[in-house]
Amino acid sequence: MTPADLSVDRVDKHYGAHHAVRELSFEVARGSFFSILGPSGCGKTTLLRLIAGFMVADSGSILIGGQSMARVPPNRRPVNMVFQHLALFPMMSVGENIGYGLARRGTPRAEIERRVGEMLERVGLAGSQAKRVDQLSGGQKQRVAIARSLVLEPTLLLLDEPLGALDLKLREHMKIELKQLQAAFGTTFVYITHDQSEALVLSDQVAVMNAGRFEQVGTPQTLYYTPQTPFVAGFVGANNRFSGKATSMLDSVVTIATPQGLALHARSAHAFKIGQACELFLRPEAIALARVERDLPASYPRYRGIVQGVLFDGANSAVLLRESRSGCELRVALPQTGQLADLHAGEEIGFSFDPASAVCFATSPSDGH
Amino acid sequence: MATEQAAAGRMQARLLLMLLMAPALLWLIGLIVLPHVELAMLSLRARVSPRVYELSLKQYRTFVDEPLYWHTFVRTAVMSIIATACTLLLAFPIAWTITKLAHGRARSMLFVLCLIPFWVSETVRTLGWMILLRESGVLPAMLVKLGLAAKPPELLYHDATILIGLVYTSMLFMVVPLVSALDTLDDSLIEAAYDLGGSGFSILRQIVIPHAAPGIVAGCVVVFMLTLGNYLTPTLLGGKNSLWFTEQIYTQFITRFNWEQGAAFGFLLLGLSTAIVWGGLKLSGQRFGDVMRRA
Repeated sequence: MTPADLSVDRVDKHYGAHHAVRELSFEVARGSFFSILGPSGCGKTTLLRLIAGFMVADSGSILIGGQSMARVPPNRRPVNMVFQHLALFPMMSVGENIGYGLARRGTPRAEIERRVGEMLERVGLAGSQAKRVDQLSGGQKQRVAIARSLVLEPTLLLLDEPLGALDLKLREHMKIELKQLQAAFGTTFVYITHDQSEALVLSDQVAVMNAGRFEQVGTPQTLYYTPQTPFVAGFVGANNRFSGKATSMLDSVVTIATPQGLALHARSAHAFKIGQACELFLRPEAIALARVERDLPASYPRYRGIVQGVLFDGANSAVLLRESRSGCELRVALPQTGQLADLHAGEEIGFSFDPASAVCFATSPSDGH
Repeated sequence: MATEQAAAGRMQARLLLMLLMAPALLWLIGLIVLPHVELAMLSLRARVSPRVYELSLKQYRTFVDEPLYWHTFVRTAVMSIIATACTLLLAFPIAWTITKLAHGRARSMLFVLCLIPFWVSETVRTLGWMILLRESGVLPAMLVKLGLAAKPPELLYHDATILIGLVYTSMLFMVVPLVSALDTLDDSLIEAAYDLGGSGFSILRQIVIPHAAPGIVAGCVVVFMLTLGNYLTPTLLGGKNSLWFTEQIYTQFITRFNWEQGAAFGFLLLGLSTAIVWGGLKLSGQRFGDVMRRA
């Protein structure tokens, strides 16, 4: 196991009555890309600012590269941050922006110039030293912001939703670029975002944060396929969600009935009592569609539904179905082969799914979502 | 036909523009340009015998030949620069507190606190200072009571007193442009600089001041011009020895009826303020247009 570059131990932070971060503990392995994913207001920005040193935790400790960060101000921490709006200095050239941190450390001028040049080359902006910040494109600004931090060779790079302000096309592009930069530099990245796709694409490990706590920490695959809480199931990726009561439990497959009378099956790690309130999550792409009933797998329960609408979005196309008997609505991904591309509203179609691909959780009174 | 209509429309638009500009133009020409042309003519003539005048540079020569005049002139300029610098040094922390440290109600309260003294006329405000500072005033009496002075000292009629009065009068005109300049400074720039290892001083020098420069220069220009042209505060707080150049102008016009000399002095003061403002802009590398947009 590689040593941890960041170790957070029972960190707690209040803002008046608001409990922003609750007794949070986690570790980030050296050289990994760690994302903290959560809705706005979940405390992820607070957590990042605690690590950067802009805020002081009420209790708990933060270790970076094995060193305690208690009473260490931000300008003395081996941590640098890429801000949401990048915060490049408009009064300085690109070269001065990147050299700022080195100059503050008292690095000789010749060495600053050399390292700034090297860094610009590594981020694909060789020779841009004299450019003004406002002459750069959005993507170039992003690279300068990262270069400005990485030139200081920090133990940890914190990124505060740096892609949030970019338009969609550029954001997709920068996602790939960020991942490549991280791989090339090998610096540990801690990335916060509310965009689950960014977190899934970029990260080695993702922590899903909600109301000041981590709901689940794991690889993107683990979070996607085996969510451990209803919040994670609902927040990571698209999901159909049904609430109902457990009606039977057999060989770790639970059957639930929705109030409208739809019976659904799902795997479950723990046992349910009959009649217990629960929530079932089913991914749109886990559902198979077929016009003819016998094209559906024989081993799974079959349902029929009326197409309510087709949501065409290229490879992410889906249909909204209303289950024929209960009237429950669900979203089903269309096969990417395009074979059901001619589906239209009002048509009746058969569908089924593997119960192992659905997950079920007991509804606890505290989960109000 | 269409072109005729378009031409008529353009005429109308031009007429409207002229009408809208008329008050400003009237004000500019009637109250600023015409009196100055008249003053310029006055300043360039000398009386040879009653009611007979000739074109001459005599008024300006008197200024050069008489040490008291140019001594006062230089002194006024230097004191005004010092007063401007003091105002900047005092107003900067105030503007910083208002923009970066205070939030919501506290912010508007602080701003109102800066504004409140200006509800009282300048004369009353200055008389207030006199009540506080004169020999039989509040502050000297307090110093005696505290045992810091044997007998009440005279705190009026010093250069420092004039400076205090000038700084006090000018404060708001510095705080307002500074607040608007610092308001547009994104906090994350300061945090980013701090995060990259910057110290408080280097952030002030490399991030805050370059960003706020147009506001700083705007405040300085306004305060400097107000101070240089101030009459009341130096006269009341400095007494007979205040030696402020506006007093010389007043004396020439009102006491001596020497309008020619007064007009020449007026032009010299105008030249002085223009030269110093221009020099200040050149030194700080700011452009007049940018600066005036901030003021």
